[in-house]
Amino acid sequence: MTEVQTILKKYPDTGRDNLIPILQDIQNNDGYLSKDSIIEVGKHLHMPTSKIFGVATFYNQFRFEPYGKYHIQVCRGTACHVLGSKTVLQELEKNLKIKAGQTSRDGLFSIEVVACIGACGLAPVITVNGEFHAKVTAQSIARLIEEYKALEELA
Amino acid sequence: MDITVNINNQELEANQGEMLLDVLNRNGIKVPTLCHIKDAFPTGACRMCVVEDLNSGRLVTACSFPVELNMKIQTHSPRVVESRKTIIELLLSNHPDDCLYCVRNKNCELQDLADEHHVRNRRIRGQKNKQHLDISSASIVRDPEKCILCGRCVYVCEQVMGVACIDFINRGNKSTVGTAFHQGLNTSSCINCGQCIMVCPTGALTEQNHFAEIQQALNDPAKKVVVQYAPSISVSMAEELGMESGKDINGILNAALRKVGFDAVFDSSFSADLTIMEESAELIDRIQNGGTLPMITSCCPGWVKYAEEFTPEFIPNLSSCKSPQQMMGAVIKSYFADIEKLKADEIYSVSIMPCTAKKFEAQREEMTQNGISDVDAVLTTRELTRFLKLYGVDMFRIQPESTDSPLGFRSTAGKLFGASGGVMEAAIRTAHYKITGKELTKFQVQAVRGFEGRKEANIQLGELELGVAVVSGLANARKLLDEIKNGRKDIHFIEVMACPGGCIGGGGQHIGTSEEELKARMGALYRIDENEPVKVSHKNPEIIELYNKFLGEPLGHKSHELLHTKYNERKVLV
Ligand code: SF4
Ligand code: SF4
Ligand code: FES
Ligand code: FES
Repeated sequence: MTEVQTILKKYPDTGRDNLIPILQDIQNNDGYLSKDSIIEVGKHLHMPTSKIFGVATFYNQFRFEPYGKYHIQVCRGTACHVLGSKTVLQELEKNLKIKAGQTSRDGLFSIEVVACIGACGLAPVITVNGEFHAKVTAQSIARLIEEYKALEELA
Repeated sequence: MDITVNINNQELEANQGEMLLDVLNRNGIKVPTLCHIKDAFPTGACRMCVVEDLNSGRLVTACSFPVELNMKIQTHSPRVVESRKTIIELLLSNHPDDCLYCVRNKNCELQDLADEHHVRNRRIRGQKNKQHLDISSASIVRDPEKCILCGRCVYVCEQVMGVACIDFINRGNKSTVGTAFHQGLNTSSCINCGQCIMVCPTGALTEQNHFAEIQQALNDPAKKVVVQYAPSISVSMAEELGMESGKDINGILNAALRKVGFDAVFDSSFSADLTIMEESAELIDRIQNGGTLPMITSCCPGWVKYAEEFTPEFIPNLSSCKSPQQMMGAVIKSYFADIEKLKADEIYSVSIMPCTAKKFEAQREEMTQNGISDVDAVLTTRELTRFLKLYGVDMFRIQPESTDSPLGFRSTAGKLFGASGGVMEAAIRTAHYKITGKELTKFQVQAVRGFEGRKEANIQLGELELGVAVVSGLANARKLLDEIKNGRKDIHFIEVMACPGGCIGGGGQHIGTSEEELKARMGALYRIDENEPVKVSHKNPEIIELYNKFLGEPLGHKSHELLHTKYNERKVLV
């Protein structure tokens, strides 16, 4: 039995009300919603994949690609916003050539937008794999990403 | 009618609970709509249909607002008109705004709305939609930039066709209509029926076009360019041309196609007769020799793809007969090529179809002989009109001509293929003759005629009682197939057409055809059947000649090679 099937077993009722909880469980388990898992859910709930994808994209919480090796969270809370988190996000997106919610082709980086992560004093804040980086700027971001890339080349 | 309501200071009769929009329409008051779909549960999404409720002072959506006692409504107060106009201006603000280059220019609801509301300048300037054109499908082109999110395609695809390969994706100002994982339509479960094109108010959904290749062939002196047109075409072009609905323009069509430069003009109703010869033989063979039943027709390529994707367990039930388009294609590049002393690749074969899925069918691997396609290019009815215009053919001043021989003569049975139930009726006529040796005393099979989505009948063929069912609109097919899966045994032969009403309502037909107009087309086919003498496929002299000179017997060796095929389960994202 696949992990998705194990999750689906918890929802014997095939009503569409179960869609969101099922998707949440899968994402908690896999970190994202894969095509295969959406197909499985579709079979279980007798729903077309387009509908499931439509519902899932309606909510910001779901992603459709696995996290990158370095998962970057960008805080878009109020304090960070005031201090320019929008530019931070744009800078990251430009640098990595991906949008929030996506993972770079080489699988190294992914970006996620999050609400206040409780470090307003350090705004604007990003985290990489849970590690905080305070008062980031366009320059510091570029440097940061270079460092991670260099790390990869060493490895 | 049990209540009266006050609309524009006039008392109008209404039924308690019916939607306000229906009352307005009945009384000649036109209120614009976009997301509204007849018979569907109203969503009230676009707010195009707002009217002013004087009691509450609010603007309400007429399509989703039930009438009630003592209602007072203004449908065109300044506030209402202004509000509608703003909605249109907002829709236009992120629209590509390239009408002059759009296929739907002059046949676009957004243009009409803008015009009717006197939108004369670009008052609201928004950021233009930037999305990718999807040209992956053999039949359908999707341009999400022109989409105004009315949701009509989503509804039709799911509720009428039972496919649901497209839906609303994302939310807010990122909303778009698309497939799961933004895949190309070609790898989605789309069956290419084109019904979404038929309901799209704008140019967001159109057909793949092959004008350039066809023109190149017409200009190539080394190519013999032949054309066939489907049974429904001659009775469904009237609306495109501005003629009276239901007018049969067969002779004019022949003449027009010659004016464009086609070297030979054939009628797919001829190959529909051929399909009947093969298919009735197959049916009798299955019944007498314990083959898989019910046998299900396979002339509709939308339905065939649906079966391959959604109900592969019924693939053995599909008739092995190719569709009339493909049979004609195969015969043109063999029999006709022999007569003309040409090689298959010296012929360029065009077909004119009421259907976008025929474009897909013509490209199928199974529809080739030695790597050469049976049919090279497909034009829809709509495209044909545009093509004729390009060549300056005036359809009002042209003398009717007849088709070419030897693939031009048709029985009226073949012609009936154009409407839901027609294949069935034609097959019954010939099967009766083959089984009993006698013609039916009455040819019309009333029970399978008409516009209903599902028709059933028991037909007596001599000793044999044949249970038949006719469905159109694939959501209806699915229901019938579910019954059969659950053990229904009384049906032996099923005709399935993807589009509601059959090919006369196909996804390649005139956009904006009303139900009355569809019925007029159906009536035209029945009139032809009424008035012409050769009413059965097996009496078509050119069919008889084809078997005598070339094919031998139905289901014979040559037939198998040229006219039959096999289908396989298709793995797509359903
Ligand atoms: S062509 Fe038919 S199946 Fe494909 S998206 Fe349009 S309505 Fe759906
Ligand atoms: S593609 Fe056309 S029919 Fe579909 S939602 Fe957009 S505008 Fe409406
Ligand atoms: S707003 Fe960014 S940490 Fe609180
Ligand atoms: S037509 Fe009434 S809200 Fe869209």
